[in-house]
Amino acid sequence: MSNEQKIIIFQLKDEEYAIPVEDVKSIERMQHITRIPRTIQFVKGVINLRGVVTPIIDLRSRFDIEESDYTDTTRIIIVSVGTIEVGLIVDSANDVIDIDTAAIEPPPEVVGGVDAEYIKGVAKIDKRLLVLLDLEKVLNPEKLGVLNPLESSK
Amino acid sequence: MEMTQYLDIFIDESKEHLQAINQQVLLLEKSPEELTIVNEIFRSAHTLKGMSATMGYEDLASLTHNMENVLDAIRNKKISVTPAVLDVLFASIDHLEAMVLEISEGGTGKRDVSETVRDLEALEKGESVKPLSNQSPEKEDLSQSYDQYERQIILQSKEQGFNAYELTVSLRKDCILKAARVYMVFEVLEQIGEIIKSLPSVDMLEAEQFETEFKLALLTKESSEEVKQRILKVSEVQQVDISEFQENESVRESVEASNANSPGSIEKKKEETPAAAANSSASGKTIRVNIDRLDQLMNLFEELVIDRGRLEEISKVLKSGELNETVERMSRVSGDLQNIILTMRMVPVEQVFNRFPRMVRGLAKDLGKQVNLEIIGADTELDRTVIDEIGDPLVHLLRNSIDHGIEKPSVRRAAAKDEAGTIFLRAYHSGNHVFIEIEDDGAGINRQKVVEKALENGIITKEMADNLTDKQCYELLFASGFSTAEVISDISGRGVGLDVVKNKIESLGGSISVDSTAGYGTIFSIQLPLTLSIMSVMLVEVQKEKYAIPLSSIIETAIIKKEDILSAHNQKVMDFRGKVVPLVFMKEIFDVPSTMEDSQHVPVVVVRKGDKMAALVVDSFIGQQEIVLKSLGQYLSSVFAISGATILGDGQVALILDCNALIK
Repeated sequence: MSNEQKIIIFQLKDEEYAIPVEDVKSIERMQHITRIPRTIQFVKGVINLRGVVTPIIDLRSRFDIEESDYTDTTRIIIVSVGTIEVGLIVDSANDVIDIDTAAIEPPPEVVGGVDAEYIKGVAKIDKRLLVLLDLEKVLNPEKLGVLNPLESSK
Repeated sequence: MEMTQYLDIFIDESKEHLQAINQQVLLLEKSPEELTIVNEIFRSAHTLKGMSATMGYEDLASLTHNMENVLDAIRNKKISVTPAVLDVLFASIDHLEAMVLEISEGGTGKRDVSETVRDLEALEKGESVKPLSNQSPEKEDLSQSYDQYERQIILQSKEQGFNAYELTVSLRKDCILKAARVYMVFEVLEQIGEIIKSLPSVDMLEAEQFETEFKLALLTKESSEEVKQRILKVSEVQQVDISEFQENESVRESVEASNANSPGSIEKKKEETPAAAANSSASGKTIRVNIDRLDQLMNLFEELVIDRGRLEEISKVLKSGELNETVERMSRVSGDLQNIILTMRMVPVEQVFNRFPRMVRGLAKDLGKQVNLEIIGADTELDRTVIDEIGDPLVHLLRNSIDHGIEKPSVRRAAAKDEAGTIFLRAYHSGNHVFIEIEDDGAGINRQKVVEKALENGIITKEMADNLTDKQCYELLFASGFSTAEVISDISGRGVGLDVVKNKIESLGGSISVDSTAGYGTIFSIQLPLTLSIMSVMLVEVQKEKYAIPLSSIIETAIIKKEDILSAHNQKVMDFRGKVVPLVFMKEIFDVPSTMEDSQHVPVVVVRKGDKMAALVVDSFIGQQEIVLKSLGQYLSSVFAISGATILGDGQVALILDCNALIK
């Protein structure tokens, strides 16, 4: 019995990232996002996802990769972590594959300049290097608590 | 364990039965001789016993078993209902409720109930009180007058073997609930025959508009002695005189003259029987649905509405008659559907009110006061979410009324009022709102004391105190850190007070106000939106972004000229009907990307928080709309000045402004 895990692979800039398929609710095309004022940089706003107002995070912005314009391949991956449902904007959603959990290695010290705390591990499949994300750390709801307070109404 | 799947049902049903028992025991307190009520209680207790025994909750089962025994004894007239009995019953109910609560929280439902069980057992074995029946043979002749129709019935039934009796029933002089006794006598007699006439009339009897005596005409097959014995079983009946109906010639003649009328019309008179008491427990068929499912249904439905909007757009463009017709039909159907879905979430406010009589009784007893609670409009419906939230504030207000409002009996007597105070709890619909009022006939608010207290706590200054209107003065009660009770009791007046109530109600989108007449009472009036999920808003545009402002906080909209914007110490202000109102530039506050050019005319929305105002500067008004309120979700729980979001007809999300956060 091999320990296989199904993962979804998506692209950000030049790298491929992966998250477990069971955390993914759906993959949506880019659509109108309603901006939410005075919230942190990487929260792009909310969308109407079949009647549910769902917050959207730009993963590029979250990982401090320079933001680019959205294209035809841009996708929103809706993930659910615990009770929270959030959409992640990625450059493109590439693949769904099974990987052997044995193939996952712990994260190297430095990966493409991204702070390593939200990286669960790295997997090398054929010639592709996949970065497995720890979604809970990616969303990091605590960080959201620090919202800019309003200095007296100008 | 197998049972776990039934646990939810068990808990739900237990709660319902306990609620029923609670209510019925309260009724029983009012009319202690009413056996139908005892029967109701017995039935609920019995079901409860069966269920808890099946589920293996021994303590629950044994307590209900003992309750059942006592109730059975009451039913069989072995013991009578006294305040002592009621107190033990209430104590048992308290235990039962506590146990069910524990079970619902995952406990085992174990509880030491031995004392109450002992009390119940003692009651059960206790001395039986015999119904009173002392007789003094003294006869009075009251003439009963029958109309022709009645005479005819009497004659016909006599021919069919019925006896017609004239009864004179006298109640004891100290009988308190005369109408109840009358009702019981009627009920006893209805079992054995037909009452065709009463003097005074049934209405007057029910209204207790008679001394101690009333007359009845009865058709029955029983003997007069049997009838007499049956009536004497009703307690507080002093005496019953029975005489055979004497027909005279004129009766017979007149009857024979009109004998062509339909025979056997005895039944028609049945309407005369008192329609009092005996509340019909006719309940419709219901099923339990998880509220999450209703929410899902609502969400899906909203999707449908959005698609409907798109379809309407498309059919307008295509101008196809058939398509138009179909779309219109769909619009109508979905409109109806929307109504149904919304009303599905509505629950009668009764659910909350039900627990109050019991609570009021307990509190009044603790405080040595006499309080009657009158509930009016318990069938008024409110959204489920509001119902869940409104309970605590109401409890608070009721406690407040009993503790501070209603005076002690001695004080009331001195003020020439009825010793028992009355609290009215009213609920009714008006427009898009539901009003709940709590009115007491107590001492009213002591203005002087309120002002002194407010000064003491630094809520107002001396100068303000002199200029307060009565209304403003009463509003001080809702200020935080305010509590006027001279003696801090554990019922109310713990420092956290009406301000909490006010906050809660405002968070539900409602408002609360108070009015009072010194010496005559106080009325708290709460206004609540019919439903939390739908609200009226004004849609505005800030640059290209759309925002919704709740109508409840808007005073007015206006378009002002740029040169009318004044500057007061770096704060932009405007003149609004003689008042200086600060301007809040939405574009700056929300860092909205600039896409439009400044215009010479500035649209503003004047909003308020309490009596403070601010003018929100926007770029254009879109219009008024009913929207469905959505939360932003857990992930974005504390966004500044945004209370939620909604989905517009075009499928986009618009944010709802929280005006309270914009006004300091």
